[in-house]
Amino acid sequence: MKIEEKLAIDAFKTDKESHIRINHDICRTKCTLKYCLSVCPGHLYEYNEEMKEITVEYAGCLECGTCRIACQKGAIEWVYPRGEYGVQYRYG
Amino acid sequence: MDKIDVVIVGAGLAGLSCAYKLADKGLQVIVVERGDFPGSKNVTGGRLYLMPIKSLIGDMLDGAPFERKVVREQWSLFGRENSINVDFTANKFRDHDHSYTILRARFDRWLSERLIAKGVFVIPKYRVDDLLWENGSVAGIKAGNEEIYAHVVVASDGALSFMAEKAGLRPKMMPKQYAVGMKEIIELPEEKINDRFNVESDEGCAHLYLGDVTKGVFGGGFIYTNKNTVSIGIVAGIQAMMAKDPPLDAYTLLDSFKERYEIKRLLNGGNTVEYSAHVIQEGGYNGLSKLCGDGIIVTGDAAGFALNVGVTVRGMEFAIASGIMAAETIIDAKEKDDFSVRTLSSYENRLKKSFVLQDIESSKEMPDFLENDDFFTFYPERFPGFLERALWFGEGPKGKMGKTLWNEIKSSGMLSFKRLKALYRIKNI
Ligand SMILES: Cc1cc2nc3c(=O)[nH]c(=O)nc-3n(C[C@H](O)[C@H](O)[C@H](O)COP(=O)(O)OP(=O)(O)OC[C@H]3O[C@@H](n4cnc5c(N)ncnc54)[C@H](O)[C@@H]3O)c2cc1C
Ligand code: SF4
Ligand code: SF4
Repeated sequence: MKIEEKLAIDAFKTDKESHIRINHDICRTKCTLKYCLSVCPGHLYEYNEEMKEITVEYAGCLECGTCRIACQKGAIEWVYPRGEYGVQYRYG
Repeated sequence: MDKIDVVIVGAGLAGLSCAYKLADKGLQVIVVERGDFPGSKNVTGGRLYLMPIKSLIGDMLDGAPFERKVVREQWSLFGRENSINVDFTANKFRDHDHSYTILRARFDRWLSERLIAKGVFVIPKYRVDDLLWENGSVAGIKAGNEEIYAHVVVASDGALSFMAEKAGLRPKMMPKQYAVGMKEIIELPEEKINDRFNVESDEGCAHLYLGDVTKGVFGGGFIYTNKNTVSIGIVAGIQAMMAKDPPLDAYTLLDSFKERYEIKRLLNGGNTVEYSAHVIQEGGYNGLSKLCGDGIIVTGDAAGFALNVGVTVRGMEFAIASGIMAAETIIDAKEKDDFSVRTLSSYENRLKKSFVLQDIESSKEMPDFLENDDFFTFYPERFPGFLERALWFGEGPKGKMGKTLWNEIKSSGMLSFKRLKALYRIKNI
């Protein structure tokens, strides 16, 4: 089952603004290993070749916090989505 | 400033249990929860042990929506292309309220409704953004434009606790001290679950998997049976995944697990109805936060009260117990009208006298013990391998079984000084 299909099953309420901000300067100058690309259970981080920067598909975020812990360079500013927004688990 | 007695951040098991006890004693409590309803953000594997908390909870869980009573315990060691399985059941487990599988979105919601019936305010859809301070003491919370002042704030906001961090009680989170759990809920008819897992209706199975399921990194897999769904998941150390070259893609692990022959048949025809992920503390005793400050107490996952004993994670009964002990501490503080750290620190003594800190303390060596890669690569490769060769009857003579086995064990390096020494440390945990 593709990861996109899995995320499509979940219920999300998407806020207008992302709850995850990336400091691209840090990614460019201080990080070679780019762990954010591999640790995310939703596979939501990507390197955008055109913009030459890391992007995150915040609308599919499972709010696990793994990226926040894995990026030890301090490039990820991560808060929970505002109340009411984000993933809504029906089983949990 | 008008203050209520207590504001609790987070309506998970820790926060709700705390509120339950406080309400019993007539204190004014508000619980603030960021999800649409309590439970809508919460993930667990699936099993709650009841024995340790029995004397604490009173009637709190009477009529709770348990899924199945666990009467069958299974462990598997997965090699790359083979596996060994242990299957355990006992009358004792069937006759006692030992442990039950649960689904948190249902369970937490049910408990919160019980609280509301008791007159507790549970406010969903509000994310607490900050703490309020007064003369160096925590004095309440801020959620959007709302401010609530309280004598005590209880941080029950889970493993990523922003509240403990803002209160300066928790150090920076390190990848080594956390694992991530990824889980799917798979719908199957009740009779199919009964048949495939060899249990009656209402009876369930807890199956834990070690070895190739995590591609050799620290962690494991699990299956818990619910009424008409199955919870299947993988837990993997964050640092351990990062340390692989190339780093392991977390999102692929659960699919490879589900693709295994041993698993596929169990889930055949089932529909995935949810995919979730959540971090778990792995720091053990040394990963705990400070447990209280002036005007604040930290409970459950927020304090680091979780224990990974190999592949089975224990956290829920710690959350419930610590929530209740926080409540007892606050009830005491209210009588003394002193909410400073001096009074609140009796919380730690309560925990130390209970299974919470005693179990976490006695597993102090567990994180170091499990850091030994042998458990996730060497043994899972070897043990199923031995059996495969012992059980295989090929062309030609079979030879002496015992002798072959002995030679295998010797040549595998299992009896090397290094490995035996590592194994010997098992007595410490
Ligand atoms: C995959 C997995 C498998 C596990 N398996 C088991 C198991 O089988 N048995 C077991 O005992 N334990 C298990 N655990 C551990 C167990 O789930 C946790 O220890 C337990 O859920 C902790 O409960 P809690 O109430 O402390 O935190 P949580 O359940 O995380 O609750 C925290 C609550 O706070 C809310 N919140 C957070 N921040 C804010 C904010 N700023 N404002 C408002 N609300 C906020 C959240 O929405 C949530 O409702 C497992 C964990 C995982 C991830
Ligand atoms: S977000 Fe962190 S891990 Fe990812 S590229 Fe930037 S600095 Fe590296
Ligand atoms: S919080 Fe979890 S799901 Fe969300 S982006 Fe980070 S790693 Fe991915």
